[in-house]
Amino acid sequence: MSYPVEQNEKFASYANPERLVSTEWLAAALADGAIADGKLVVVESDEDVLLYETGHIPGAVKIDWHTDLNDEVTRDYVDGAAFAALAASKGISRDSTVVIYGDKSNWWAAYALWVFTLFGHEDVRLLDGGRDKWIAEGRELTTEVSKPTAAEYPEVERNDAPIRAFKEDVLAHLGNPLIDVRSPEEYTGQRTHMPAYPEEGALRGGHIPTAASIPWARAAAEDGTYRSREELEALYLGEAGLAAGDDVVAYCRIGERSSHTWFALKYLLGFDTVRNYDGSWTEWGNAVRVPIVKGAERGSVPAAFASN
Amino acid sequence: MRKLEEMSTYTLPTALAEIVDDFQALTEPDRLQLLLEFSRGLPELPERLKDHPELLEQVVECQSPLFLTIESEKNPDGARAYRLFFKAPQEAPTTRGFAGVLHEGLDGLTAEEILAVPDDMPELLGLTRAITPLRMRGMTAMLGRIKRKVAAASRLEH
Repeated sequence: MSYPVEQNEKFASYANPERLVSTEWLAAALADGAIADGKLVVVESDEDVLLYETGHIPGAVKIDWHTDLNDEVTRDYVDGAAFAALAASKGISRDSTVVIYGDKSNWWAAYALWVFTLFGHEDVRLLDGGRDKWIAEGRELTTEVSKPTAAEYPEVERNDAPIRAFKEDVLAHLGNPLIDVRSPEEYTGQRTHMPAYPEEGALRGGHIPTAASIPWARAAAEDGTYRSREELEALYLGEAGLAAGDDVVAYCRIGERSSHTWFALKYLLGFDTVRNYDGSWTEWGNAVRVPIVKGAERGSVPAAFASN
Repeated sequence: MRKLEEMSTYTLPTALAEIVDDFQALTEPDRLQLLLEFSRGLPELPERLKDHPELLEQVVECQSPLFLTIESEKNPDGARAYRLFFKAPQEAPTTRGFAGVLHEGLDGLTAEEILAVPDDMPELLGLTRAITPLRMRGMTAMLGRIKRKVAAASRLEH
C-alpha cells in the first residue's frame, strides 16, 4: 500500500512531485511509525560502503550500489531473482513505498532508484537533499543496524529498454540529444576520470559527438536538494537546448552521476523518453571505431554515423 | 586468486602481519566492521600539521579526499624511523579505515621495513569482494604513495 504523497509548493511545480520527499516529511512519517508499520522502507545508498555503519536514519536499511546492485561477474545489474532476494531481505515488498537517500547530493541514491526502476518498482522516491541535509538539520541518526522482517518480493524480469541505453542504442541515437554530465575536463578529453578520482582506464578522452555538457551537480543546490523547476529548465531547456518531447540519453563514466540527471529530466522536467547510458565513458572511451569529439565544442556526427 | 601461502605474511612487518591475520580470521561482514574500527582509531593530525595543509599530499586515486605525509626521526640505535600522518574526512570511513590499518601497521618502522611491504598487500585483507576492486585501488595507491615518499626521503638521508 502506497504511502501518501507529499504536497508542497516546490515539489508541485515538478512533473512528478510524487517522486520526492523532504526531510521534514520523512521525519514526520518516521514519528508516525511508518517504518514500524512496514508501509515505508527507507534505504540508504552511499558511495562509501561503510558510511551507513557510521550512522544512518533510524530504521533505514543499506543497499550498496556495487555489491548489491551490480552483477559480480558480468558488467550488468543483478537479475530478477537476485533483486527479489535483495528486496525481500531488506523488508521491501512489491507494493512498498521506498524512500532512498544517500551522500553527495543523492548521487548514489539516484543510481539505486534507477535500478529499482529497471525492475519496475512502482513507488520509489528520493529524499530531497539526502543524507547531508538530514544531518545538517540535526535530525536523528543511529548506528543500530536495522533488522527488517523479511518480506516477499516477486521475481520480476528487468525491463531495460525504456530507461537504459546500450552502446548500440547510443550509436543509433546519434543526432538526437545527449547530455554529458561529467566534469568539463572529462568532456574536453583533458582527462578520462573525475578530478581526484581513480583512473578507470578509458583509452580515449573526449565526448560523444553533439553531447551537451551539463555536469550533474549543477542540478543540485548548495544543500543537496534538486534545483527548482525554473532553474532546471534554464539548465536543460536553455543551456543544453532540449525541447519538450525530445528523446534524451544521459551518460557519465559508469552511469551513476547520470542517474542523478536522468531523475531530473524524467521526473522533475517530465521528459517521457530519457535513457541512462550506463556503459558510459568507460565503454565508449574504450570502444573500437566509435566517433569521439575532443575539446569544448559539441561537434557534429560524422557522415558515416549519421543515421538520423 | 593468489593463495595466502604464495604471498605469505612473512615479509610483512610484525604489526601489519598481525592486522592481516586478524582480518583473515574473520567473515566478510566482520572484516568490514574491523575496518570501521580502524577508521575510528585513525589518530588526528598533530597541531603543527593541522594548521599546514600544504605539508600534506593528496592521494588522488582514493575516492574520497585523503592526504598524507611522512616524517623521519632517529631511533636510539641510530636507525631512522618513519612516522606516518593521514587526514581523511569522517564521511569516508573506508578510506579512513585503510589509512588506520597502514598507520597501525607501519608507523615508526624503518625505510627498509616499509619498502619491503608488497605493493598488493591490501589484497591480503580479504576485502576486495566486499569493498569492490574499484575501491581497493585507492588503498593500493595510498600504500604506493607512502613507499615512494619513504624511498625518496631515505635516499636523501644516505
